[in-house]
Amino acid sequence: MQKIGVFVCHCGTNISATVDVAKVAETLAKEPGVIYSTDYQFMCSLAGQNLIIDKIKELDLTGVVICSCSPRMHELTFRKAADKAGLNGFLLEMANIREQDAWVHKDREEATLKAVALGRAAIAKVALNEALIPGESKVTKRALVIGAGIAGMQAALDIADAGFSVDLVDIEPTIGGLMTQVDKTFPTLDCASCILTPKMVDVQQHELINLMTFCEVEKVEGYIGNFIATIKKKARYVDPDACTGCGLCTQKCPTKNVLNSFNLNLDNRSAIYIPFPQAVPLVAIIDAAHCKKLQEGKCGVCAAVCAPKAIHYDDCDKLVENKYGAIVVATGFNPIEVHAFNEFAYDQSPNVITSLEYERLMSATGPNGGTVLRPSDKKHPKTIVFQQCVGSRDTTSRGKTYCSGICCMYTAKHAMLTREKYPDTDVYVFYTDIRTPGKGFDEFHRRAVEQYGVHYIKGSIGKVVPMSNGNLKVQASDLLMQRQLHIEADLVVLAAAMEPDKSAKHLAQQLTASMDNDGWFTESHPKLRPVESPTAGVFLAGACQGPKDIPSTVAQAGAAASKAIILLIKDKLKGNPCVAHSAENMCNGCGACANVCPYSAITYVEKEFRMPDRTTLIRRVASVNPAVCQGCGACTVACPSGAMDIFGFSNKQIMGEVDAICQ
Amino acid sequence: MNKSELLKEQVQRNSGVNVLKCMRCGKCSATCPNYDVMEYHPHQFVNMVENNQVELLMKSESLYMCLTCFACVERCPRGVEPGKLVEAIRLEAVRIKENNHLKPDQIVKKLTDKMPQQAIVTAFRKYTK
Amino acid sequence: MSVKEKTEFQPKIVAFCCNWCSYAGADLAGTNRTNYPANVKIIRVPCSCRVNPIFILRAFQRGADGVIICGCHPGDCHYITGNYYTRRRMTLLFSMLDFLGIEKDRTRVEWVSASEGGRFAEVMTEFTNDVKAIGPNRKLEDLRCKAK
Repeated sequence: MQKIGVFVCHCGTNISATVDVAKVAETLAKEPGVIYSTDYQFMCSLAGQNLIIDKIKELDLTGVVICSCSPRMHELTFRKAADKAGLNGFLLEMANIREQDAWVHKDREEATLKAVALGRAAIAKVALNEALIPGESKVTKRALVIGAGIAGMQAALDIADAGFSVDLVDIEPTIGGLMTQVDKTFPTLDCASCILTPKMVDVQQHELINLMTFCEVEKVEGYIGNFIATIKKKARYVDPDACTGCGLCTQKCPTKNVLNSFNLNLDNRSAIYIPFPQAVPLVAIIDAAHCKKLQEGKCGVCAAVCAPKAIHYDDCDKLVENKYGAIVVATGFNPIEVHAFNEFAYDQSPNVITSLEYERLMSATGPNGGTVLRPSDKKHPKTIVFQQCVGSRDTTSRGKTYCSGICCMYTAKHAMLTREKYPDTDVYVFYTDIRTPGKGFDEFHRRAVEQYGVHYIKGSIGKVVPMSNGNLKVQASDLLMQRQLHIEADLVVLAAAMEPDKSAKHLAQQLTASMDNDGWFTESHPKLRPVESPTAGVFLAGACQGPKDIPSTVAQAGAAASKAIILLIKDKLKGNPCVAHSAENMCNGCGACANVCPYSAITYVEKEFRMPDRTTLIRRVASVNPAVCQGCGACTVACPSGAMDIFGFSNKQIMGEVDAICQ
Repeated sequence: MNKSELLKEQVQRNSGVNVLKCMRCGKCSATCPNYDVMEYHPHQFVNMVENNQVELLMKSESLYMCLTCFACVERCPRGVEPGKLVEAIRLEAVRIKENNHLKPDQIVKKLTDKMPQQAIVTAFRKYTK
Repeated sequence: MSVKEKTEFQPKIVAFCCNWCSYAGADLAGTNRTNYPANVKIIRVPCSCRVNPIFILRAFQRGADGVIICGCHPGDCHYITGNYYTRRRMTLLFSMLDFLGIEKDRTRVEWVSASEGGRFAEVMTEFTNDVKAIGPNRKLEDLRCKAK
């Protein structure tokens, strides 16, 4: 005999404003098996939970239905409460009458009827629930951090400092990420290298961090606590252990006209190169696409001059497989390509550049050693025009709908530094809105206007026309003055929107971690679980989750690391008990279930069955490994005899819900 | 709904433009090649429609200064399409009886040998019923 | 709501939503307060591939007027390949249902990700309108259930 208790939550007025909660409780009380039904203002509060606990004990309930918010929000909370009262947590079901009812409907009567229907479905299901006890699995005490920018480095350092081994993987030949290309940081104007390079060295010297540069994560399998990652070590053609980073090969290499991607193609490098002088590891690498020896078979100069014999032209990609307990994703961002914005003439003139290119022009390690000279004729620019929001807040196919968040600040930084270094330069900034939330950020922007005399103009560039002398005719609007401006500029700088790194998409598919429409990783809960991916055991650090500046990136990386540590410090994890199982008497061993199982959790065993007349029969039947099964249910549908079923979402339970809804 | 609200509704429906999508970046007016001769500029068309001032726009010469080059339509980051809005307001103006900006006999006088035929067709479409 | 609308045919619609994408998408529609018809009632399943064709037949038998299955976008399935199975199974099932006289507009598979709250509401509104347009389903309904 079922003894079900129904608890309807008001959620303040979130539910009760649209749903007549008292009526819901009253109607559901008449459902078969229900012996108690009530409504309360906040079920998730301590008092609400105590109410549930007391009633379970008092009435000896066999099942509990909570009509409240989404189970994604509070299922765990209520299950814990039930457990406390001595009722197995899996004998509790939630009816989602907030997110999927009260919040999406306006008509009170309709919403109340729907709440009753959803409540009925939950009651029908809970009547068929079984007590489940989660299995346990071991945790591999090793973390994988993907991406070694400032976020990945911070996360790796924190996890390693807590005493766990970390593999830090980066797709580039050096760690450091995008911050290595930045000259100064806002709003303090710290030199980026001075704060970044010591951290890079810390990472390299940490005994628990294993650096895997120029590597790519190919495949990830497994689950929380037990991930198996296949990592591709791309051919470097230089033995990183033997190379001393002396740089002699880079000087002697005859191919010197390869575009230097570190300086965003503003100058050239050799085919064998060290990305930049502070690279970690400080090791050369051969650019196979441009190396004469690798392309044409002739040359070999670098191998000849290399004293430690570190160069191996026969190097090839290698795959390594490792086990990890936790994964931190820190793949970061890149500025978008601006070719589609042809009104700015980026493709027509070398003097139209992006902000990151301007950053390289200003940097001491940049193409001109820190002197700002325009690319076309190396002349000092006298008039510089900055355009913000290039591709940000753009709903057309050319751009991104979101605000990239950092452009207002770095443009203010560029404008300020330019005026400080070259007071004879006229600097214009065209903006749509100035968005500077952050400690000291708006003060920084105001300083650019008030102290440094940067011309901030509310408006936009409409057209840039390159002239034969390299100058640029800029036509722009000034909305506050109601006029169109025509400026002859030497340099136009575009603040390009940011987008997720290209490698993120493949990685998300491997991790089965979800992404939003723009390709940013989604967090488990936007407010309460901001650094966890919905996929258990995967944590998010930095700009892979959305546009972010450096301080927020570092803060989030630390948070992601602490979440990873919380996981790694456990010896065993409780698994998901909602896994598949097969009724051996019905199974005929056809193999259909194993065919569709994505985790290879199903094997076949020979089993002895009793037959009539005291005979026995040995038959092949399916057996599910509950530690490996993730509970998707593909096998339950594939099974022709109906032997396969899944705990927590059994055929009977779902059918019960269908019946209740169609009543 | 009073008359100006009705006009706003009408203009938005005819053009398919939703003026609330505008984020006031000024790209339309920045890119406009005929900005200097216009009394009201592309971004003002959008803002004025939003503020129920279609009648003011209908009386303005700016209506006929728009080249319909659609540069603003092409470059607007929010897909507002001010050019189409101008076109719809122009339509609203010429729909009023005897409110042609050009009379058919005036057009004949303005014709020159160098004028492309397309211009005559356009003139009829743009300035008359 | 006016009197006329109340007497209008209100279809019963069962939506199966996968726990990882579509159910979260439906929650997001709620968080964003995006309206959609109350005819839609959601059943949570771990993955769209958990939806056994029997569930759909059962729904029609018990008087549902439309059934919609929502899963993660192809390639984004939390269980790697689940939604591919759904796609194949349902294509087959729906064409057989069509043969039985359950119009194609009554059944649908849609991909809704966890970030597509707006899309979820759109899909549900559209589907409800489609089902409303073809009217009540009486083809598979077991009238014995009704008498009860």
